[in-house]
Amino acid sequence: MPDYKKPLPHPTPASRPFWEAAKRHELQIQRCTKCSAHIFYPRELCPECLAPDLQWIKVSGKGSVYSFTIAQQATHHGFAEEVPYVIAIVELDEGPRLTTNITGCKPEAVRIGMPVVASFDDVTPEMTLVKFRPA
Amino acid sequence: MSIKGKAAVVGFAETKPQKSSGDRTALGIIGEVARDAIADAGLEKKDIDGLLTGIAFGDFSVLWPSVVAEYLRLHPRYFSQVELGGASPAGMVWRAAAAIEAGMCNTVLCVVGDTWGNRTLALKPPPFPRMDAEFDAPYGLIAANPGYALIAQRHMHEFGTTPQQMAKVAVDQRKNACKNPAAMFGNKEITVDDVLNSRMIVDPLHLLEIVSPCSGGGAFIVTSAERAKQGPHRPVYLLGAGEAGGHCGITRAPSLTTSLVKPAAEAAFAMAGVAPKDMHFVQPYDCYTITVIVTLEDAGFCKKGEGGRFVEEHDLSYKGDFPSNTHGGQLSYGQPGLAGGMSHVIEGVRQLMERGEGRQVKDATIGYVNGNGGIMSEQCSLVLGVQ
Repeated sequence: MPDYKKPLPHPTPASRPFWEAAKRHELQIQRCTKCSAHIFYPRELCPECLAPDLQWIKVSGKGSVYSFTIAQQATHHGFAEEVPYVIAIVELDEGPRLTTNITGCKPEAVRIGMPVVASFDDVTPEMTLVKFRPA
Repeated sequence: MSIKGKAAVVGFAETKPQKSSGDRTALGIIGEVARDAIADAGLEKKDIDGLLTGIAFGDFSVLWPSVVAEYLRLHPRYFSQVELGGASPAGMVWRAAAAIEAGMCNTVLCVVGDTWGNRTLALKPPPFPRMDAEFDAPYGLIAANPGYALIAQRHMHEFGTTPQQMAKVAVDQRKNACKNPAAMFGNKEITVDDVLNSRMIVDPLHLLEIVSPCSGGGAFIVTSAERAKQGPHRPVYLLGAGEAGGHCGITRAPSLTTSLVKPAAEAAFAMAGVAPKDMHFVQPYDCYTITVIVTLEDAGFCKKGEGGRFVEEHDLSYKGDFPSNTHGGQLSYGQPGLAGGMSHVIEGVRQLMERGEGRQVKDATIGYVNGNGGIMSEQCSLVLGVQ
């Protein structure tokens, strides 16, 4: 994949375990050992109780579409060849929401509330993005 | 200590937004509107001892307040950048009032200006917000369009809001723009069908529901209530202000359809001791049609979920039963960077000074202004009045 033109994540020490798990095609998020909140995106402390003791947990990757838009015009030049594509917010069964793309179905088939499951897109040799497809 | 009624806006200036800045720079535009606003207030440059400004996306710089002060050879005793996106200009009003009330300065120049399509500068735009860059941008959730489309889609899902209802916001505001010589799109009225037949950009938002970025600037002057009485115009007092924040990326907002306008507006109305029904007009930030609907609901002008029906049932034009964005809103005026958000503040002031010319709301003495930044992530509500 010599010419990946879309923006890529630049992992930090805090987020690297998330992206490394994605590379193994696993979805991992954090949980606060003090207040049990599920946390996404990765942080160095719990945004609810500010405790520093967070653990990484593997989650099922199941969730549902919270909202979505079909981009009929590229939102960045790197996406030009993919129009139309679906930008979505997925709510995981554990609670946290994440930004993603819905793949594996026609854009017009996407609905709010639709059950989806994580799928992993190895966009470069170094980076795997977490996308979702109909469950 | 309350800042209610302690300071007033006494003058303003705007440029006519242009699609391309040509050879203008942000600082040049800022200089022009600063000069004109000072003159409009009947003041001289030496009277300015406070400065509030905000970033120019087309000419991004750190230490911008000092860059602006240096460019205009101002000598502020209070100066800062308000970094609340489109809510920055509304945020400047109460910050200026608070600084004056605290004795830090007497008269504050609030000024923003920006360029678009500038041919003379080869400057990099500012980067994405930190976490949006890592967790949103790789999926194409970039800048504002898709974020507001996510809000609109969810609002339609939860409340049955229709594309026709959203389009009505753009249609009514265009009527106002046709009475505003400064509006970028003020030549011709549009219909709901025109909006719905315009190109779909990010479903469900069409081209005519989305602001057009452009070049331009705006400035206003805030001074103490006492000094305000000496100026050439009817002073427009800050009666209430409220601000709210808590997320940056829309994916991290607790709700897509109930926004931070709610606490901001509640605080502003509480400080002013008035209610939404007392307003003679509203100037709600309108980067998109859905923004107006959500804002009117959360500010308390109608119930949550009924914003679509509300805009359908009311005439939002300057002579209607619910005058809203009487300058045309940014949807018709244009969005010259932060001067887009400033246009709502200035239009509120203009109406209350009875300088609305062909679009004057009759007998307007009190109004609501809302500033919104990012993806509904910064909110600043104001109640402005003449008594």
